[in-house]
Amino acid sequence: MIKDDPLKRVLYIDLTKKRFWIEERPDLFTHYIGGCGVAIKLLDENCSPDTHPFSSDNPIVFAVGPLTGLFPIASKTVAMFKSPHTGNLGESHAGGRSAIAIRMAGYGAIVIKGRSERPCYISIHDNKVFFRDATTLWGLEESAGKIIRNREPGAGLRTIMRIGPAGERLISFACVTLETYRHFGRLGLGAIFGSKNLKAVLITGKRDLPVTDFKEYKNLYLDLIRQLSESEKMKKYHELGTPANVLPLSFSKGIPIKNLLDTELRGIENISGENFAQRYLARRVACAHCPVACVHLAALRKPYEDEAYFYRTVYLSYDYELIYALGSMLGITECEDVLKLIEIVEDMGVDAISTGVTLAWITEAFEKGIINEKQTEGIIPQWGKVDSYIELVRKIVYSEAEFFKDVAKGIDFVSSKYGGKDFALTYGKNEMPGYHTGLAAHLGYLFGARHSHLDSAGYAIDKEAMIKPVTAEQLVEKILNEEQWRQILSSLVICFFGREIYTPEIVLKCLKIAGFNLNEEEILRIGKKIYANKYSFKINSGFDIENLTLPKRVFETPSSNGLLDKDFSDRAITLLKENIKSLL
Amino acid sequence: MKKYENFFFHAQLGIITCYNFIMPVFVKDSEKCVGCLICMFACSRAHQSAGLESSCIKVRSQGGISRGFSVFVCRGCEDPPCARACPEDALIVRKGGGVLLKEERCTGCGYCVKACILDAIGWKNEKNKPVICIQCGECAKSCHYKVLEFVRK
Repeated sequence: MIKDDPLKRVLYIDLTKKRFWIEERPDLFTHYIGGCGVAIKLLDENCSPDTHPFSSDNPIVFAVGPLTGLFPIASKTVAMFKSPHTGNLGESHAGGRSAIAIRMAGYGAIVIKGRSERPCYISIHDNKVFFRDATTLWGLEESAGKIIRNREPGAGLRTIMRIGPAGERLISFACVTLETYRHFGRLGLGAIFGSKNLKAVLITGKRDLPVTDFKEYKNLYLDLIRQLSESEKMKKYHELGTPANVLPLSFSKGIPIKNLLDTELRGIENISGENFAQRYLARRVACAHCPVACVHLAALRKPYEDEAYFYRTVYLSYDYELIYALGSMLGITECEDVLKLIEIVEDMGVDAISTGVTLAWITEAFEKGIINEKQTEGIIPQWGKVDSYIELVRKIVYSEAEFFKDVAKGIDFVSSKYGGKDFALTYGKNEMPGYHTGLAAHLGYLFGARHSHLDSAGYAIDKEAMIKPVTAEQLVEKILNEEQWRQILSSLVICFFGREIYTPEIVLKCLKIAGFNLNEEEILRIGKKIYANKYSFKINSGFDIENLTLPKRVFETPSSNGLLDKDFSDRAITLLKENIKSLL
Repeated sequence: MKKYENFFFHAQLGIITCYNFIMPVFVKDSEKCVGCLICMFACSRAHQSAGLESSCIKVRSQGGISRGFSVFVCRGCEDPPCARACPEDALIVRKGGGVLLKEERCTGCGYCVKACILDAIGWKNEKNKPVICIQCGECAKSCHYKVLEFVRK
């Protein structure tokens, strides 16, 4: 690291005492680069294994990397905390303006501890931290962001992270929304904000950063920006965005339909990326310092029912995971219906994937008679019927009824209590992402350190397996190698969309400009170490690696690679366990 | 007024369009701006820096990202208010438009920044001095979406 790089500064904020201080931690960044590498160390230092997720001792850690602000697409922030949804490691990544804002304010990481007595929001302007009263913002849905925006300086370069009613009411899969359209979605960071009486965090700053060789920096930057803008590898994200996956995945029978009862849905072409773009795409926007602009905003025009010629137009961001979770998974085949569900999910501030999968479980449980109208307070969930789903989302957040209080803890909890475990699509208590492409995808969700499809991109391994079959050993090796390499990318906080451009060779060149002299062997070793650190934290917090199983349903519905073989799966699970345990 | 006849400023939309004028960089279509800030980083590099502080471009959302962005760049005025506002004559009016900064004369009072209603002057905190557009066009050349256009006259 370059000596005067502000990356080494860690900002600590104590909400209980309304204090803040800065510690210089070059050791952390030298050994673990930044992002998830530094965040897991800071989480480990600040959170003991027996800390309850809603305890004031549970810290929120944000971290960025040495390439943030220097090179394009190094634009993610890693958040770490103990998850209220799974009880162990909570890790979530978001873009927007957050990473640039943290770096430009002069920090590599931020640690928020304690609990405010009253609702508050934090405003970080360079070296100053202000604790503002948020009593009047508590309970507001999306307008809290507008009020903060109007009251605070730093327009243009700031990030505003805020929670909705779901976070305030401690729904275990509540998200944190950034810049209206980006999220720390998974594993319930929103509920941790809520438990701390923290409505929002605003961060802004503007500074220059040091580099080792300016001429070389400039050449490398221009080469990267050219590749990111022109490469065929980025075209998918650039034009239709991730919804481009809907039709190919549907064609290969890899998109889950109706709680994975099926992989075929009549009329799915109506909710394709092509159809969304043609009929609803209103604007494309980008995260700060990324030329790709993959964020697709749809305009939804809604008439007022009680007054003629009055319309409300709302802008909503959509992508593949949302079309899956709030569309195909619920048997919905109209763009407008998907957008209506996205709107309520945004207003409430819940994770879209967990919400969609939960609604799908409720529908099937209702059909099977496991739950009835008494539990759902008269709502009849039905595949494809969007109005009942909208009502259910509101109930999950606001209802005081026992059933909805249980649903608010996720479907692992609710299915343990009411039954229906066989079709509860959860992996280590986290709900399923949108790929039923084969075993690698499912093992990725189950064993990924953050239970995300992005941990190891198992769907890409499945795609290869469709052409050339792999052994269990090869499959496990591929999953582990990919996940360990991704620890490096997410420590540099490079968006995974740019992973094919940021090859190990390019990464090392960029790191050299930022003052890190590492070789390929060293960097792979760091990736492995970060992965092991995450797993140590998980297991110490009670993650039960011995008793991990895949949901029964995934063996019942054929995937893109046909019906999954239970014996093959058991062998791969045993190998994964052995490999992970050998790292600890 | 003749030279202004092809200059349009739409305050509400934040679109500044200028044709056949002396300024080499102009905002051609801010409706296409995605808010990536690549132009701001390019401006910094043109001032031999990495980061954002040495940038004199501003990109702002129009009250929430759903309404799009406004981009503010130096118009290179022929009779620049920034230079008129400078009590130390540190901003020298350049032939053909724009200004040059005589750094040794600048006391860091910031009047130039306030005088520019387009908000197109940056500020370097470490030096406590303004950052002035050098009309190099790097910002426009870096814009993948052709929001900015650079015409060397």
